[in-house]
Amino acid sequence: MIVSTEIARFEGITLESGAHIDPVEVAYETYGTLNADRGNAVLVVHAFTGDAHAAGMSRETGKPGWWDNSIGPGKAFDTDEYFVICSNILGGCQGTTGPASINPATGKAWGMSFPAVTVRDMVRLQKMLVDSLDIRQLLAVAGGSMGGMQALEWAVSFAENVRSVIVIASTARHSPQQIAFNEVGRQSIMADPDWNGGDYYEGAAPARGLSVARMVGHITYMSDESMREKFGRRRKDQPATAIDVAPEFEVESYLRYRGSQFVTRFDANSYIYITKAMDTYDVSNGTASLADAFEGVSTRFLVISFTSDWLYPSYQSQEIVRTLRRRNHDVAYCELPTNYGHDAFLVDVEEQTELIRGFLRSTFRNLAGSAGAAA
Amino acid sequence: MTPLAGRSDFAVIGRIVTPKSRVLDLGCGEGELLEWLIEQKQVTARGVEISPARVRRAIARGVSAFQGDLNECLTDFPDNAFDYVVLSQTLQETHQPVRVIEEMLRVGKRAIVSFPNFGHWSVRASMLFTGRSPRTQAFPYEWYETPNIHFLSITDFERLAENKGLRIDHREFLTGERRITWLPNLRAEVAVFLFG
Repeated sequence: MIVSTEIARFEGITLESGAHIDPVEVAYETYGTLNADRGNAVLVVHAFTGDAHAAGMSRETGKPGWWDNSIGPGKAFDTDEYFVICSNILGGCQGTTGPASINPATGKAWGMSFPAVTVRDMVRLQKMLVDSLDIRQLLAVAGGSMGGMQALEWAVSFAENVRSVIVIASTARHSPQQIAFNEVGRQSIMADPDWNGGDYYEGAAPARGLSVARMVGHITYMSDESMREKFGRRRKDQPATAIDVAPEFEVESYLRYRGSQFVTRFDANSYIYITKAMDTYDVSNGTASLADAFEGVSTRFLVISFTSDWLYPSYQSQEIVRTLRRRNHDVAYCELPTNYGHDAFLVDVEEQTELIRGFLRSTFRNLAGSAGAAA
Repeated sequence: MTPLAGRSDFAVIGRIVTPKSRVLDLGCGEGELLEWLIEQKQVTARGVEISPARVRRAIARGVSAFQGDLNECLTDFPDNAFDYVVLSQTLQETHQPVRVIEEMLRVGKRAIVSFPNFGHWSVRASMLFTGRSPRTQAFPYEWYETPNIHFLSITDFERLAENKGLRIDHREFLTGERRITWLPNLRAEVAVFLFG
């Protein structure tokens, strides 16, 4: 499946803060076919550094999508059954408007003058895209990590427009530990002199700072077990006699490699904006409690967590599930056993596939059943 | 109506539950009973199951099941959230059976409980002739590996119902698929009670 990223253009968006971004562009891809009653659309929302290219082979880069193991014929999101949409988030740097985009008022990149965006703003832009595709109700919104936060936000912001949400390895709000790791990433970028207050688009990008931020991130996405299995204490060459600051252990060269790859595709200011959006997100914002946030929500929920995920531990998913259960909501929950840590939703997908397939199929069937009953 | 495969008590439960009702199944296993009730009786179904592998298969069947301890989950539900709360062959495994029954009747209008009958003649004979913890078809485990911690007979349950003022609306006793009406406490392997 060869796919191309499309761009949708809108006049502008007014953010939660009241600020405007005019105009605004959204990069997106679609897979599968929208059915006649436009009821089989699934919006997949990406995690922190993901992009619109979720599945298939990119015509532009030749690379597979970030969730290609889960989207396609016969996969978790079966494109023989469903029409799948994925878009790059607001504030991102892979086709959707963000701090690296040109501010039409100045003719230069926005940089740190780009208004602060929230998870709710990201979701509102996705809603604009879905409306422009003439889809009134999504069968599901699904995502892992920050994608899970967006899926939750869809349920509370646009309950009428989404039949079900799939929240994987995620949370209703960040814990101090999650905020702390993000802050280390931000400080690493800002400590790089090339960051220059966010104004670096005409010179060298803060590659060293961004690379270190990514290295920290990668540690949090893995688990102690998965790192031991993957790297052990293996060394690249003979141990040096003097102290060696060149990569010595395999884990060091792996992290450096991932860091150096990351800076070629990701904007440092986007890193700051998106981590801030994650940290400030709280699904209960504007309501007295988490339970109140779900008032009037009739969406079906599937919540999945992973045993070895210490970045988004299962207790955070269970808090969402308990809150929904207290309201007698339609919620399914499973904690999957895995050694892969937070990365599991991207790499260890066999059991997750079973859950998603069954959940989507029954949601789709219920929808068809109720439509039949109404007729 | 397609027959309900699996345990014999499922067929009885399947007959009791009224169409389009709200059903909570405690210890729903792989969701076989709930799937059947959804398809055949269009019920609104929820399941609780402690085993991650089983809850995964239940969700894969399309059942809204969640992984968790049944006591903890029961506490979370609001009052009268269900028409039926089902506890199939699990009462004898709970730490506080009376509390579980009380909670079932708080979150549901009526409870359906099935359990293996410890008064069955084979249990009595096994104990009498071997002098060891009974092992029968319905109680196949060695004493050191059995999940059953509260052994009860049909008479035991009826006594409890009387003491607690439970109103038994329906009772059915089975050996295999066969219904037992005469001397059930001696002759039935499994009992199913519907009460409120």
